Amino acid sequence: MTQPRDFGFDEETGMLKDAAARFFDEKEMVVRLRPHLAGTEDPYRGNERAPWYDEAAWQEMKELGWNLLAVPESAGGIGMGLVAAVAIQEEIGRAACPTPLTGTLQATFLLREASLLGGAGADHALVKIAEGMSMALGIFGEEGSPELDATGVTVDGNRLTGTSWYVQDAGKADAFIIAARAEAGIGLYLVPRDSVTVAQDRIVDLSRDQGRVVLDGTEADVIAEPGEGEAVLARALPAILTLIAADMAGAAEWQLQATAEYAKVRTQFDRPIGFFQAVKHPIVNMMIAADETRSLVYNAACAYDHEPEDALRCALLAKSSASDTASFCSNRSTQLHGGIGFTWEADVQIYHKRQMHNQFLFGDGAWQRQKLAELL
Amino acid sequence: MSDTAPAQEEFREYCRRWLEENRPPPTETPLPQAAYEVTYDDHRSYLCDWQAKCYEAELIATDVPTEYGGHGHDGFQAIASAEVRRAKVPYFINWIGLGMTAPTLLIHGTEEQKKRFLKPIFTGEEIWCQGFSEPGAGSDLVSLSTSAVKDGDNWVINGSKVWTSLGALASWMLLLARNDKDDKYNGITYFLAPMDTEGVTVQPIHKMTGESGFNEVFLENVVIPDHFRVDEVGAGWKVAMSTLTSERGAAAGVGAVASSESPLTAVLQVIELAKNTRRNGQPVWDDPVWRDRIVKLYERTEASMQNARRARIKSLNGGAMRMPLQGKLVGSEIGQELNEVALGILAMRSSLYVGDPNAEADGKWALGYMNTYTGTISGGSSEIQRNILGERVLGLPKTK
Repeated sequence: MTQPRDFGFDEETGMLKDAAARFFDEKEMVVRLRPHLAGTEDPYRGNERAPWYDEAAWQEMKELGWNLLAVPESAGGIGMGLVAAVAIQEEIGRAACPTPLTGTLQATFLLREASLLGGAGADHALVKIAEGMSMALGIFGEEGSPELDATGVTVDGNRLTGTSWYVQDAGKADAFIIAARAEAGIGLYLVPRDSVTVAQDRIVDLSRDQGRVVLDGTEADVIAEPGEGEAVLARALPAILTLIAADMAGAAEWQLQATAEYAKVRTQFDRPIGFFQAVKHPIVNMMIAADETRSLVYNAACAYDHEPEDALRCALLAKSSASDTASFCSNRSTQLHGGIGFTWEADVQIYHKRQMHNQFLFGDGAWQRQKLAELL
Repeated sequence: MSDTAPAQEEFREYCRRWLEENRPPPTETPLPQAAYEVTYDDHRSYLCDWQAKCYEAELIATDVPTEYGGHGHDGFQAIASAEVRRAKVPYFINWIGLGMTAPTLLIHGTEEQKKRFLKPIFTGEEIWCQGFSEPGAGSDLVSLSTSAVKDGDNWVINGSKVWTSLGALASWMLLLARNDKDDKYNGITYFLAPMDTEGVTVQPIHKMTGESGFNEVFLENVVIPDHFRVDEVGAGWKVAMSTLTSERGAAAGVGAVASSESPLTAVLQVIELAKNTRRNGQPVWDDPVWRDRIVKLYERTEASMQNARRARIKSLNGGAMRMPLQGKLVGSEIGQELNEVALGILAMRSSLYVGDPNAEADGKWALGYMNTYTGTISGGSSEIQRNILGERVLGLPKTK
C-alpha cells in the first residue's frame, strides 16, 4: 500500500481540525486552568493540586463526537483514522488542555488493534468508549523506562494485583486499560475506576495529572489474553507515539507564535527585541523545528492509516523529532521571554512543562532513534 | 500513488522505462557533484547532449505550452522530475536556465522573449548564468552598483559580477543593473545579456575545493538592446525576487534538476559508510553516539521531504511562503552536517583527497563537505534566510 500525497487530510478532516482550533481558542483552557492552580504554587508549602479538567467542555466534545471519532462504526463510532485523531490532538496540545480525550484516543487505537487480533473484550470496550466512557493506559513500571513490557502488575485468572505506574490523566478517566504479566506473557485488562485505588503523583506538568493505579486482586475484563498483549501494544505503539507527537507539535506551534508575538511588543534599546538577530534567528529555528515535527506527525498518521508496514518507522521519526523540538522550543520560549518567562504568571511555563512531560513519555528522542536504528 | 490518475501513472511508467533504457554511459573523468561545478568542455558537451535527449523525451518543459517549445502537458512535470532524481542519471547542466530564466520569462517576459529564449533553454543549446551578486553587493544585494545607462534603443552596462556559476560556458546572463542611483529598490532593471558581446570578460575563480565552478564577470561598456530588458525599467528588484523564489518553487515547473543525488541517498550512504567503517574493532554504526547523530540526520532528511509534501497542501502549510522559504536553508544545513559526520566516521582517512588511490570514494566526502558551503552561502546566506523567514513569515521587525 502507498500513502495519499495529501496525508489523507480530506475535506472532512480539515473541517474537523478547524472546528477543534476554534473550540479551544474560544475556551481559553489555560485561563480556565489558572484558578485551579492558585495556592498550589509553592512546592514545599503549597496546597495539594487536585486533578482538574473542564467537565462541561468534555461534555461538549462528546456531543461533537470527538470521543468516538476513531471508534469503528461496528462499535457505534464514526470510524475515522489516526489522521483525524491527530488533527484534534494537535489542537489539544496547542491549547495545553487537560482532557480525558487524550487518554481515550490512545485507548481507542490500542483497542482497535486488540479487536483486530480477535479480542471480544476489546470490541466491548470500544462500545463503552462510544457510549461516553473515558479511558487511560496503565502500561509502565516504577522505573519509568519506556519498555512496553515493564508492567509490575500480575494477573491470576482475571484478577490483577500490583501497581501500574505513570498512568496519564488517571484522575480523569472512568476506566483503565492495565498491562499485567502472567506465565504466558503480558495480557491487557479493563478495570473501572471505582474498583481501584488511584494515588495521585505530584508532577511538574500543570496541564494534566498522573497517578498510580493500585490493584489488589481486582477483577478485570480481558482485552487481550496473556501472551497476546505484547503484539497488541507493539501494533498500537505507532498510533500512541504519533498522538503524543501531535500534541507536542501543537504546543510547539503555540510556543513559536507566543515568542514571536512577545518579540514584537517587548522593547529594549529603543526597539522591539525581535529586531535583533540574536533573538530573531532562534525564533526562526523554533519554526524550523516545529515544522519538521508537524510534517513527520502527519506522515506518521497517514502511514498508520494507509501503509501499516511503514507505520512504526514513521512514528519513531515523529516522536524523535517531537521530543527534540519540544526541548528546543521550550528552552528558547522561556529564554527569549526573559525574566517574565521564568515566572509562574507567564503561560510559557505551562507549555514548557507540558512539553517536558511529553518529551519523555513513551521515550525521548534518543530512545526513538535507538529503535529507528534497528530498522535501518 | 493511490490518488493519481491513470494517465499520470502511465506517464510515470514511461519515464521509468525511458530513463532505464537511455541511461548514458559514464564520463571519462567523473562529473562534478552538481551542475554549477561544471567547467570542462567534454563535460559540457556530454551534459548538453543528455539534456537535449531528455527534452526530446518530454522530461523537460513537460508542462510548458507548445507555442513556447514545451510539451503542453498538465501536471506531469513533477512526475518527470521525481523520476529523473530517482533514476540517479546525470543532472541537467542548464539548471539556471531551467530553474530561473524560464520561470522568470514565463511570468515577466514579452511574447517575443518567450518565443526567442525558452526553447534553447530547454534543449540546452543556450546555457545561462546569473549576474546578480557583485563584489560590493552580496547579502545586501539591493546595494548593487553595476550601471545601466540608456543610449537610444540600447543600454550601456558598466560594472562587475561575481560568484557567476557556469559563467565560462554560458551564452546568456540574467543581469541586474542600476538605472537610477537615487532609488535603491526601484532603480534596478532586469536584462537578458548576451555573453559574447564586446566588453564582457570572464575570469575563473577557484573555490576552496580547488575546482573553478564560478567566475568573476567584468562588464565594460557592454551594449544591450532595449528589447532584452525584462519587465519595466526600474522593476528589476521585483522581478529578481520572483526569480530567487523560483530557485525552489517554480524551478520544479520546467524540470530543473541541478544535482543527481537526493538528500535521502546521501544519508543512506552515510549509514552504509558507518556500517562498513570499523573503530575499536566494531562498526562505527554500533557506537551509540555516532549512531544517534546519524539517525537524527536521517530523521531531519525525512522531515524535509515531508515538508515539501506538506507545502503543497493549503490547509496544512501555514501560508504560501512558510514552507518554501525554509527549503534551501534547512536542506543546505542538514547536508553540511551530514558531510561533516561522514568525515568524522572516516577519521584520519578523511584527509585523503580526490585523486589519492586510498581515498574513500575518491575523496568525495571531503570535496562534498567543502562544497556544502555553496548551499549555505549562495542564493542568500543562511543568516539572510533567517532574516527573511523571521520578517516575512513571522512578522518580526525588519533588520533593514
